[in-house]
Amino acid sequence: MTEEIFQQFRDWIDNRHEYAKEWKERTNKKIIGYLCTYVPEEILYAADMLPVRILGSHEPPTVTEPYIFAMFCHLCRDCLAQGLKGRFNYIDGIVEGQSCLHLRQTFNAWRLHIPTNFAHYIHIPHGIQNPHAIPYLAQELAKFKKTLEDWTGKKITNEGLDKGIKIMNKNRELMRKVHEYRKLDNPKITGIEAMEMVLSSQMVDKQEHSKLLNKLLEELPNRNLNRNPGTRLMIIGSEDDDRVFMKNVEALGATFVIEEHCTGSRYLWDDVVPSEDRLMAIASRYVNRVPCPSKDWPEFTRIQHAVKLAKDFNVQGALVIQNKFCDPHGIEIPPLREALKQVGVQTYPLEFDVTVPWGQFRTRVEAFLETLTGLEELF
Amino acid sequence: MTQKYPIEPLKIWNEAKQLRGKYYENYLAAHELGGLRWAGGAWSFSAIPAGLGEDVYSITGEPHGATIAFFKDFTAKCHDAVEAAGFPRTLCAYMRNYWGSILLDKYIQADGNVVDEHPVPDFIWQDHICCSHAKWYQVARWLEEKKGKKVPMYCVDVSVGYSMDKPLEDYKINYIVQQLNDGIEWLEKVTGRTYNDKLLCEAVWNEINATKIWAEICTLNQTIPAPLDEKTMYSLYVMGTLMKHRPECVDIYRKLKAEVEDRVRRGIAAVANEKYRVITDTQPPWGFLKIFREMEKYGVVSLGSLYTFGLIGMWKYRPDGTWAPKDLPLEKPQTREEAVKMIVEWTVDRPEWAHFYLPEVKTKMILSIVKQWKVDAVLLHYNRGCEGLSVHIAENRHGLVKAGVPVFPFEGNMGDEREFDFPGTLARLTAFFESMGLKKLKE
Ligand code: SF4
Ligand code: SF4
Repeated sequence: MTEEIFQQFRDWIDNRHEYAKEWKERTNKKIIGYLCTYVPEEILYAADMLPVRILGSHEPPTVTEPYIFAMFCHLCRDCLAQGLKGRFNYIDGIVEGQSCLHLRQTFNAWRLHIPTNFAHYIHIPHGIQNPHAIPYLAQELAKFKKTLEDWTGKKITNEGLDKGIKIMNKNRELMRKVHEYRKLDNPKITGIEAMEMVLSSQMVDKQEHSKLLNKLLEELPNRNLNRNPGTRLMIIGSEDDDRVFMKNVEALGATFVIEEHCTGSRYLWDDVVPSEDRLMAIASRYVNRVPCPSKDWPEFTRIQHAVKLAKDFNVQGALVIQNKFCDPHGIEIPPLREALKQVGVQTYPLEFDVTVPWGQFRTRVEAFLETLTGLEELF
Repeated sequence: MTQKYPIEPLKIWNEAKQLRGKYYENYLAAHELGGLRWAGGAWSFSAIPAGLGEDVYSITGEPHGATIAFFKDFTAKCHDAVEAAGFPRTLCAYMRNYWGSILLDKYIQADGNVVDEHPVPDFIWQDHICCSHAKWYQVARWLEEKKGKKVPMYCVDVSVGYSMDKPLEDYKINYIVQQLNDGIEWLEKVTGRTYNDKLLCEAVWNEINATKIWAEICTLNQTIPAPLDEKTMYSLYVMGTLMKHRPECVDIYRKLKAEVEDRVRRGIAAVANEKYRVITDTQPPWGFLKIFREMEKYGVVSLGSLYTFGLIGMWKYRPDGTWAPKDLPLEKPQTREEAVKMIVEWTVDRPEWAHFYLPEVKTKMILSIVKQWKVDAVLLHYNRGCEGLSVHIAENRHGLVKAGVPVFPFEGNMGDEREFDFPGTLARLTAFFESMGLKKLKE
C-alpha cells in the first residue's frame, strides 16, 4: 500500500497536465498557474479554483532566448518555456507573488506573449522583518481578492477563506507529520520520496492529496525500507525538483533526511493561524514563513532555520545547491556554510543548471560522502 | 577633414572632478572631522540621514563599485578575493567589487589611489528593490563582523510596484513612509544624536531640485548637435548618485545647466562630426569607455540613455504625451511629516524603477527618448554584471524592434572585464554602423 501511495505521487508529477485537464473537465472550475510559493493558495482555494505550480521540464529552454536574457536562472527560463510550448494551455490565469527579479520576468513574458485571461502580480513585501509588512501585505491581498472577484463575478466570502485556510493548513500539517519519520535513525521515507510528496502537492487538488497523506500516515509506522540509510544528508538551495539527482545521490549510500528549499520543507513549515481578520491571518503566514533569502534581511533568519533543521534531523553533511545565476541564494552561500560548519555540519557546494551533469557530480558527491564517513582517513 | 561643429571642453569639468574627489576623501576622513559616515546604495533615501547633522558623510555602493571597475587591476584583486571567499562569480559585479575591497581591506579613491584599511561605516542605510540591494549590505555587515566590527543596518523595502497612469495607492506610499519614520528613530538610537527636521527638509528639497535639474540638463541634449555626449555625462550624473541631497549637488547642476544652455545657444557640440545619434541602455562596461571614442570615428554620438537620464533624473509624461522633467512640488516641506511624504512620492516615480516591474513602460520611455532626442539607433547592453538593470531587457529589444528602431544588442559586464569582449564587440558594432550606411571618417 505504501508503495502504491508513493507511486501515486510519482504518477501525479509525471502526468500533471493530464491530471489538471481531467480535473477541469470533471469540476468545470478554473485552474490558476503560479510561479512562486509566495502566492497565497488559500485565496485561490477560497475562490474555488485549483492552484498549480508552474515548474520546468529540465530541457534546454532555447525558446525563451527572445524573451529572457540567458543570465537569469534556468528555473525562470524553463518555466516560461513550458508556457511558450503550450504545455499549460489549460490554465485560466497566472499569478505571481513577488520573490525575485528572475521569476518576475517569467510572469511578464507570460502575460505579454502567452494568451491568458487573467494575470496578477502580488507585491509580497521584501522587508518581512519590518513591522509594517503584515498590514501592508493584507492590503495587497485585499487587492488580489478584489481582482479575482471582478474577474469571476463571484464574491470570495469569509467562509470561502476559512475553507481555503483549512485545506492548506491540513495539507501542510500532514506533510509535516510525514517529515517526523525522517528524523528516525532509519528514516521511513527517502529524500526522493519526500520530494515527490511535496512536489505532487503543488500540482494536484490538495484535498485529494491530503486524503492520500492520511493513508500514508496510517501505513508509515509499519514501514521498513530495508535499506541502510547511510550518511544523513541535507540539501539546501532554492527551487529544486531534480529527482534524478536526488535518486542518484541516495543510491550512493546516503539519505536526504531533510531539505531546505521551496519544493521541500520551506513550503510546508508554517501554517495560517486563523483569526477574525482572515486576510491579516494569511498575510502573517506569508510574512512569517521560512523566507526566501531575497526577503531575509537584515538578519539571516533562514540560515538560523537551516541550522535548526540540521540539528533536529541529525544531519551529517549538507549539499548546498546554487541554481546558476540565482542571486538571492548565491549571496548567502558563504554565511550559510559557515553557520553549518559551526554546528559541525560539513557542506559541499554544487552549481545546478537546467540539466545536471551527473557524471561529474557523482565523483564529487562520492568524495564528499567519503569525507563525511571518515573513509579518507583510512588511506 | 574639416569639422562640422565647433567643440569645447566643459568649463565645469575640474570643479566636478574636485567635488567627486572630495566626496571620497570626506568619507575616509569623516571621523577625523568629528563626523559620522554611513554606507548604502545610490538610490537610498539619502536625505533622511542628513537630519543627523551637517557632518554626516556617505559612500554609495554602486558608484564606488563603478570606480573600482574603472581600475581593472584592483577589480581583478577584488574578484579573486570574493571568489576565494566562496561567492559565485555570477553575482552583481558592483557588489563583488565592494565586498572585495572589504575583504582586501583596501579603499580606492576617485583618482585610483588605493589606501590601506577599508573605512568601516558607522551604520548602513539602504533600500531594496533589486534582489541584491539589501543582501549586498547584509553580507558587507557579515564580513565586517568577522573582523570584529559590528555595523548596524537599516533597509527600507520599496518593492511596492510602479504605476504610470495613476498615482500609487496610499497604502503603498504609507508602507514606505512608515518605514522611513521608524528609520529616523532608529538613526537617533544608533548614533545617539538628536534628529534635526530642518536639515531633513533642506535635504529633501535639495534632492528634489537636483534630480529635476539633471533631467533638464538631459533634455538639452535633444539639440542637434548634442552639447553633451554620454561618456562625459557619466562623470556628471555621478554627483547625483553620490550626493543627490546635498547643496553642492544642486549648485553644480545649476552651473552645469547654465553652461550647457550656453553651448546650445552657441552650437557647441560634444562630437565634432555628429551625423548619427544613438542611445545606450544600462551601465557601460566601465573598463572600456574607449568604445565611445571608437564610435566618434564614425560620426556617432551617444546622447545618453534611459539609465543616464533616469537613474537620478526625475521625469513625467505631459498630457501631450511627451516625456519631460517632472514638476517641482508647489512648496518646500516645512515639517518632518511633509518632508518624508514628499520624498517618497517624488521617488516612487523614478523612471529606472519602472523597468523593474513593467517592461512595456520602459520600452515606452525609450521610444519617447528615441523620438524626442532624434535618435537613430539604440545600443542595448545586455549587462551580465547587473541583473537589476538587465531585467526585461530582451522584452525591451522586442518592443524597440517592433516599433522599427534599429537595435544593436551586445553582451558585457559593467564591472567584470572578463565578461566583455572588446575587440569582438567593436567589430560587430562597426559592422552595424556600416550596415546603417556610416563610413569611418578620415582622421
Ligand atoms: S532559483 Fe533563485 S533566482 Fe531562480 S527563481 Fe528561485 S530564487 Fe529566483
Ligand atoms: S544587480 Fe544592478 S540594480 Fe542590483 S544591486 Fe547590483 S548594480 Fe544595483
